[in-house]
Amino acid sequence: MKLLSQLRTSSFQLALLYMVVFATSVFLLLAFIYWRTAGFMTAQTDETIEAEIAGLAEQYRGSGINGLISIIRERVARDPNAKSIYLLTTDDFLKLAGNIQTWPEESRSESGWINFTLDESVGWTGPERLARARIFEVQGGLRLLVGRDVDELTNLKRLIEGAINWGMGITLGLALLGGFLMSRSTTRRIEVINNTSRRIMNGHLSLRIPTRGTDDDFDQLAENLNQMLDRIVYLMEGIRHVSDSIAHDLRTPLTRLRNQLENTLMSVDNDEAREQAARAVSEADQLLATFNALLRIARLETRGNTADMKPVLLGELVTDACELYEAVAEDKDQRFEQSVDSTVSIEGDRDLLFQMVSNLIDNAIKYTPEHGLITVEVRKEGDQAVFEVGDSGIGIPDSEKDQVFQRFYRVAKSRSMPGNGLGLSLVSAVAEIHQGSIRLSDHFEGAESPGLKVTISMPAYTVSPKRLKDTQTLPAAESAADASHQLPDAPRN
Amino acid sequence: MKALVIEDDQDVANYLVKGLKESDFVVDHAADGKEGMIMAASEDYDIMIVDRMLPGMDGLAIVKTVRATGNQVPVLILSALGDVDDRVEGLRGGGDDYLTKPFSFTELLARIESLVRRNRQSSETETVLHVADLEMDLLARTVRRAGHNIDVQPREFRLLEYLMRNAGQVVTRTMLLEKVWDYHFDPQTNVIDVHISRLRAKIDKEFETPLLQTIRGAGYMLRETA
Repeated sequence: MKLLSQLRTSSFQLALLYMVVFATSVFLLLAFIYWRTAGFMTAQTDETIEAEIAGLAEQYRGSGINGLISIIRERVARDPNAKSIYLLTTDDFLKLAGNIQTWPEESRSESGWINFTLDESVGWTGPERLARARIFEVQGGLRLLVGRDVDELTNLKRLIEGAINWGMGITLGLALLGGFLMSRSTTRRIEVINNTSRRIMNGHLSLRIPTRGTDDDFDQLAENLNQMLDRIVYLMEGIRHVSDSIAHDLRTPLTRLRNQLENTLMSVDNDEAREQAARAVSEADQLLATFNALLRIARLETRGNTADMKPVLLGELVTDACELYEAVAEDKDQRFEQSVDSTVSIEGDRDLLFQMVSNLIDNAIKYTPEHGLITVEVRKEGDQAVFEVGDSGIGIPDSEKDQVFQRFYRVAKSRSMPGNGLGLSLVSAVAEIHQGSIRLSDHFEGAESPGLKVTISMPAYTVSPKRLKDTQTLPAAESAADASHQLPDAPRN
Repeated sequence: MKALVIEDDQDVANYLVKGLKESDFVVDHAADGKEGMIMAASEDYDIMIVDRMLPGMDGLAIVKTVRATGNQVPVLILSALGDVDDRVEGLRGGGDDYLTKPFSFTELLARIESLVRRNRQSSETETVLHVADLEMDLLARTVRRAGHNIDVQPREFRLLEYLMRNAGQVVTRTMLLEKVWDYHFDPQTNVIDVHISRLRAKIDKEFETPLLQTIRGAGYMLRETA
């Protein structure tokens, strides 16, 4: 699978294209070399034959037909290996002189250059060979064939052809391997960029793409992307800053307005006026609550996870939240199922975690119709503490799942429900502080009302022996529920 | 009852002073930390309301100094800083309660009254609480009304105990969440109401005079109605 995906990368395809161009070039180059060397050798053979013919012609002019016969015989006798081939015949192909017996059958009517095989048909007794020859008619009705054994030449040509074939094969192999290796190193660097981008999109906005410091094109790409990210963060912070400043600056006058209304409420006797003032106060309270939530999220987001984190028994905390909300679900006739591993703990901020957990359970109950099902689960998965809330409500369409964590975002189908669109933003901010990741999925996939399942995994806290020695106040629950913000008058049983 | 308000914001101070006076408190106001310290040292107050951020002095420093002299006057800290860390710091610094601005006056008053009352009942050693014909035995962990046993869940027991200890006073939903459930958070819905109505069904339903009352716009109160 991995190899397959490697083959599909554009860098490999680029390497493949390069390989095709390269192999074609190599092929053309080798073809050219073959053409030149083989052509040269053929030409050399032809030149030798021409030289022999010139010698014979001179002899013939000097001493006539008898002289020609005797020089042929002389040359045949001098060349026992029959490198040169001669045959002089009469017009009807009867042998007069030469080292082969009969005229090659297939070229009796021709003249000029021929290629033929030295075998029994021409009265050749040695091993079969290839030969090239020139034939023509001599004055007086005689026919002359002068040739050369080209077997060696042919062998050489075969050798060259073989070398060229092997060369092509090796070239293709090396090109394929080189392309694969080259594209793999490119793919790896692109993969780094892709992975980082994905993590950034998942909310780790402070991450940057690593550079090698070689200032090559990938480094430049990474640097440009990083600068773009810086710019995005800057712009986002600008927007956030503006909205937070608005919330902050409006909060004070709104508080005054609210307080004046409350003063009015306390001092008027008219029932109707009191009713109206009370409504105005609660409207103002709603506005203030929205502003406060907004500011709280902003503070959490800028705080990061530097806050004073203590071990918290997540299991117990969730059980407490369930106990608080189960009654609400019962009033709506909803089934409330919990499966909580009470030993699971994480390091965190108890009140913020409770806020997160209660927001999610509250949402689940709110968006699930009567007789629906709410499930709450806490479990340990490897080194992760997982908190999961599921419901059987209308769910959130896939296209909107990513957006629900944005401030003021309301899912289209639920705009009519009460709420300010900040609950999940707060959840996401709290999860972020606890290095958690949030996943939204359909609780009942494919069902008419698929419901929503929110899964938050955070690094689990395990008491290491060393830490236990450092902080004797553990176990976790005790120190998390530290009485520091527990007021003395709270009933403790 | 005497209250000292140490608050530099004139608007908030006026609002506090006016509201407290209408609730029958005698109110002194100091606009900065130094003045506030002198007043706290020279007079006996039933309650101090201290702003966290004061010109020239941190509100927490005042509380620490007052506590250092052995003065156990209840202190409520007001702050624009609402983070849990700030709360914890404020309460560790000697404050008895912590309220984030902006707040509603009913919330503030409910908390002040609870603090003052607690300070008066200096000992909490009583083992049986009474409100009208409702009786709670803290040791046996039983609840009885007019001689009938009432079966309550552990959390309902704590809820009722808190209401009984603050009988006759308004108790807000936030106070209940903080003190009965021991979590400080903003519920998106009035989840407390459900628990109150369940408790009400147990202690009031079969009796003639209801004890647990809803105070509109404020919270709840457990009291004997005439």
